[in-house]
Amino acid sequence: MHALLTASAPELLALQEAGDASAVDIARAHLDRIAATDDRVHAFLHVTADAALAAAADVDRRRAAGEPLGPLAGVPVAVKDLFATCGVPTTAGSRILEGHRPVYDATVVARLHAADAVVLGKTNMDEFAMGSSGENSAYGPSRNPWDLDRVPGGSSAGSAAAVAALQAPLAVGTDTGGSIRQPASLSGLVGVKPTYGLVSRYGMFAFASSLDQAGPFARDVAGAALALEVIAGHDPLDSTSIPQAAPDLLAGLERGVEGLRVGVVAEFLATDGLAPGVKARVEDAIQRLGKLGAELVDVSLPHAQYALPAYYVIAPSECSSNLSRYDGVRYGLRVPAETAEQMMAVTREAGFGREVKRRIMIGTYALSAGYYDAYYVSAQRVRTLVTRDFADAYRRCDVLVGPTAPETAFRLGAKTADPLSMYLNDVFSIPSSLAGAPALSLPVGADERGLPVGLQIMAPVLGEATMLRAARALEADLALDPVPSGANALEAPRP
Amino acid sequence: MSTTTSVEQATRYEAVIGLEVHVELATRTKMFCGCAIGFGGEPNSRTCPVCLGMPGSLPVVNGAAVESAIRLGLALGCEIAPTSQFHRKNYFYPDMPKDYQISQYDVPICLRGELRITVDGRERTIGITRVHMEEDTGKSLHVGGSGRIAGSDHSLVDYNRAGIPLLEVVSEPDLRSAEEARAYLAELRAVVLALGISDAKLEEGSMRCDANVSLRPVGHTVFGTRVEVKNMNSLRSLGRAIDHEIERQTRVLTAGDPVVQETRHWDEDAGVTSPLRSKESVDDYRYFPDPDLLPVEPDADWIDRLRAELPELPAVTRARLAGLGLPAPQVAVLVDTGLVRVLDAALAAGAAPALAANLLTNDLVGWAAANGTDPADAPLTGAALAELVGLVADGTLSTKLARQVLEAVLGGEPGGPRAIAEARGLVQISDTAELEAVVARVVAADPAAAQRVRDGNAKAIGALVGAVMRETRGRANPRLVNELLERHLHP
Ligand SMILES: [Zn+2]
Repeated sequence: MHALLTASAPELLALQEAGDASAVDIARAHLDRIAATDDRVHAFLHVTADAALAAAADVDRRRAAGEPLGPLAGVPVAVKDLFATCGVPTTAGSRILEGHRPVYDATVVARLHAADAVVLGKTNMDEFAMGSSGENSAYGPSRNPWDLDRVPGGSSAGSAAAVAALQAPLAVGTDTGGSIRQPASLSGLVGVKPTYGLVSRYGMFAFASSLDQAGPFARDVAGAALALEVIAGHDPLDSTSIPQAAPDLLAGLERGVEGLRVGVVAEFLATDGLAPGVKARVEDAIQRLGKLGAELVDVSLPHAQYALPAYYVIAPSECSSNLSRYDGVRYGLRVPAETAEQMMAVTREAGFGREVKRRIMIGTYALSAGYYDAYYVSAQRVRTLVTRDFADAYRRCDVLVGPTAPETAFRLGAKTADPLSMYLNDVFSIPSSLAGAPALSLPVGADERGLPVGLQIMAPVLGEATMLRAARALEADLALDPVPSGANALEAPRP
Repeated sequence: MSTTTSVEQATRYEAVIGLEVHVELATRTKMFCGCAIGFGGEPNSRTCPVCLGMPGSLPVVNGAAVESAIRLGLALGCEIAPTSQFHRKNYFYPDMPKDYQISQYDVPICLRGELRITVDGRERTIGITRVHMEEDTGKSLHVGGSGRIAGSDHSLVDYNRAGIPLLEVVSEPDLRSAEEARAYLAELRAVVLALGISDAKLEEGSMRCDANVSLRPVGHTVFGTRVEVKNMNSLRSLGRAIDHEIERQTRVLTAGDPVVQETRHWDEDAGVTSPLRSKESVDDYRYFPDPDLLPVEPDADWIDRLRAELPELPAVTRARLAGLGLPAPQVAVLVDTGLVRVLDAALAAGAAPALAANLLTNDLVGWAAANGTDPADAPLTGAALAELVGLVADGTLSTKLARQVLEAVLGGEPGGPRAIAEARGLVQISDTAELEAVVARVVAADPAAAQRVRDGNAKAIGALVGAVMRETRGRANPRLVNELLERHLHP
C-alpha cells in the first residue's frame, strides 16, 4: 500500500504494465488514504469514489482485453473545484455555488478522462481562486501535510495538500498570479504554470481571464510533465488557446543543463521580505545548477517591482466582471427578495466571502468612468513593460531562476487580518503571470523549521520543455524525499 | 418635409434626428456558441453553457456574423477596420446571462459610411457613424401586475434569443424630419434584405430602431438636448413617435423650459412618449476589452472577395426594374418587401416582367395581408411564379384563374401551378368545338337577347357572354367566346 501511495505517475503506469498492481488497487489505496487522513488535511470538497473505482475497473478490463489505453491510464488525479465536472458538485470554494452541478466537463477534465486518468474528486481552494493560503474557502481551510498547523498555500490549496498528503500522485490546479507555484513551494511539490493559452480555459471558472491558466501538481518533475502533456493543446472552445498541438515534454527531460544559460534575477534575491531560510536554499540550488554545467547569468527585471500593484488592478477588474453572473437568476444560491434587483444584491451579499467582495469592489472602482485610464490602462502599460523586461532577459539566457515565494508555509490565521501581507506571497510569481510566460516551482530543500522551500524556474513563452529539463536535472541532483516529515507532519502511510 | 413646415410655422425650431438600428442576423448559429437560431419552440430549448452564461464557459466568435457585418459595412460604403475589438458592457439584468453584454465599443468593425434616401423627390445623403457587432439578450416574461417588471408577481426568462448576433447601425444626426427618418429606416432595411443577412422584421423585433431627437432654432449649428425614444416597431410608429416627440419638445421649449436628457418610451396605443425609469441613476457600463476574445482581424483578401460578391443594392435594383417598364410604386413594393428576389428568379426562368410583378405586388401582397404574414415568407419560388406567368401568357389561364392558382400555391397545395390548375379543372377552355356547343345552347336559351344583338345592340352581347361563363364556371376563354358569339349571331 505504501508503495502505491508514494509512487509517481510514471511509476504507477509501469506497475500496471508489469502486472504488479491494478488500476483498482491504485484507486482503492488512494481513496483509503483520503478516508484516513482528510479529516485533518481537508484537501477535498467532494470525493467521487464510486466513479473513480468504476473508471479504474474499466481501465483494468480494457488492459486485460488488450485494448489501447490513454497516457494516464489508471493514474489517480485530484481536480481543483474550479473546473466544471459534469454532474459533480463544483463550487469554486464559494457559498454562492453550493450544490451547483455543472452540465458539462471542462476541457481539462475531459482530457483527463480521455487519457484514462482516474479522477478522485474535487479539491478545496480559496474562493474563486482568490487567496494564497486556502483560508478563503467557504468550506474551511486545507492544512499543510508538512505541518498541520500551517497553510498549504493557495489558491490551489487542496490540490497541493492532496498530492503532498499522498492522497493523489497528481492534481490539477489553476494559477492566476501564483496559485499553483506558491502552494507547490509551500507544500514541497512540483507545480507548473504553463504558458498562457497552452491549456484550455474552457470550463475553468474565470477569475481573471487574461491571466488564468491551468497546470499540474506532482511530487516529481516527470509526473508533472506527463500530466501537462495530457491537458495541453489547442481547444477550439477557447479563443485564447494557442493553435498548436500539445508539446512533447518528456522526450528531452533527462538531457541535463550542460550549457544552459540560467539567469539569476537580481531583484528577487534582494527583496526585503525574502526569508533567510528561503534565500539560502534558493542560492544553494542556483549554485548546484552551476555545478551541473549551467552557465549562470545575472539578469535584471527592473519593472518587476510594479508587477504586484498592476496585478491587483488587472485581476480585480476582470474578476468584477467575471463574477457578475453569480446573481441568483440561473444557478447557485438564491436569496429571495421583493424585486429581481434586490434578489441579486442580497444573494451576492450572502454568497460571496470578504476577499471576493473586496476584489469585486476594487475592480468595479478601477473600471469606472473617470478612473479607467488611471488604473486599468496604466496597469496594462506596466504589464507591457514587465513583458519587455522578460524579453530583454531571455536574449541573454534560456531560463530565469529565483524564489517562488518569499517565505515557507505560515500558520493558519497568521495573515488573514492583513490582505497586503497575503498579497506579497505572490510577489515573485506575478511577473511571469503578467508576461503570459511559463514558470514552475521545484522543491529544493527545507528551511530551519524543516518546511519546504521552492525554487522558481521561469521560461519564455512556450519554453516548457527547457524549463522542465532544468527542473529535472536539479531534482535528480537533490534527490529529496517528497514524503512530508517533521514533528507536526501528517503521518506517512504504514508500509 | 411636411413636419418641419408645421414646426417652423409654430416655433422656428429644426429637428435633429439620429437613428440607432439593431439588425438581428439570420446566421445559422448564435454569435458566440453553436446554438441554432430559430423561432418558436420551448423556452430555453436553444441554449447551451455559453449562451446561458454558465460558469467556465467561453465565447467563440461566429465567422458568419463577422462576414455579415463586413458585407453591410461595404454596402454602406464604410471603412472596414483591419482590427476591431469586443468589449464587455457591464450591468446587471436578469435576461442577460453573464450580466455583461459582449459588444464592440470604441473600435467597431465598420466606420464612416453613408446611405442615400429620397424624400419628396429630393435625394439626401445620411452619414453612417458606425456598424458594430454585439449579442442579443434573452426575453423576460413578467407574470402578474401590469406585465412590466415592477409590480409583477414573478418573472420567467427565456434565453433562446440570448446570444443571437446583432449589428448596430448608428447614423449621424443628419435626419431632419419623421419622413426622412422613415425613409432612412426603409432604405436601410432594403439594403439588409438585398444582402440577405436578416429578415429585418420591425414588427417581430428582428430589426429594432431607437431615435435620438433634439431641437434647435433654425439656422443654429449647436445641438439641443437630446432625447432617446424607444419601442417603435414599425415604420409608421417610428414616424408617429418622432412627430410626437418634435411636438412635445417644441411645447417644452416654447414654454421656456429646458428639454430633459432622458430615454422615453413610445406608447403606440396612446400615441405618446413617456419617461422610462432608468436602470441606475447613472449608466456606467465599465467597458473594458473582453479578455476572452481576440481582436477581429479580417484579412484584406476576404474583404475584397466580399466586396466583389456584393449583390445589387436597392438603388440599382429600382433603376433596373424601372427600365423593365414597371411603375415606380410597384418597384417600391418589390424592393421594400424583398419580393424582388422572387421576381428576379422568375425573370431568370423566362417570365414576362409585368405579369410576374402584378401577381407579386397585387395578389401575393394582398394574400399576405389577409393572412397576417410577411410577403417575404410566402412559399412561392421564382420557378413557380414563372410557370404561372407562362400559363397566363399562353392562354391556358385567365388572370382571374391565375389568381386562384396562386392562392392554392400559397396555401401549400403541392404540385406546382400547372398541376394545380389541371387538378382543379381551372384550365381555360380555348377549345373552339367545345365552346361552340355552349354558345349554341346559350343563344337558343335566350332568343330575345340574341335578337337584340342581331338588331345591332352591341351591349346586349354581354348577357350572352355572362351566360357562357356561368355554364363553364368561368373557365371559358373570354376572347374566344366573344368571337364565337359574333360569328354565330352575324353569320
Ligand atoms: Zn448557446
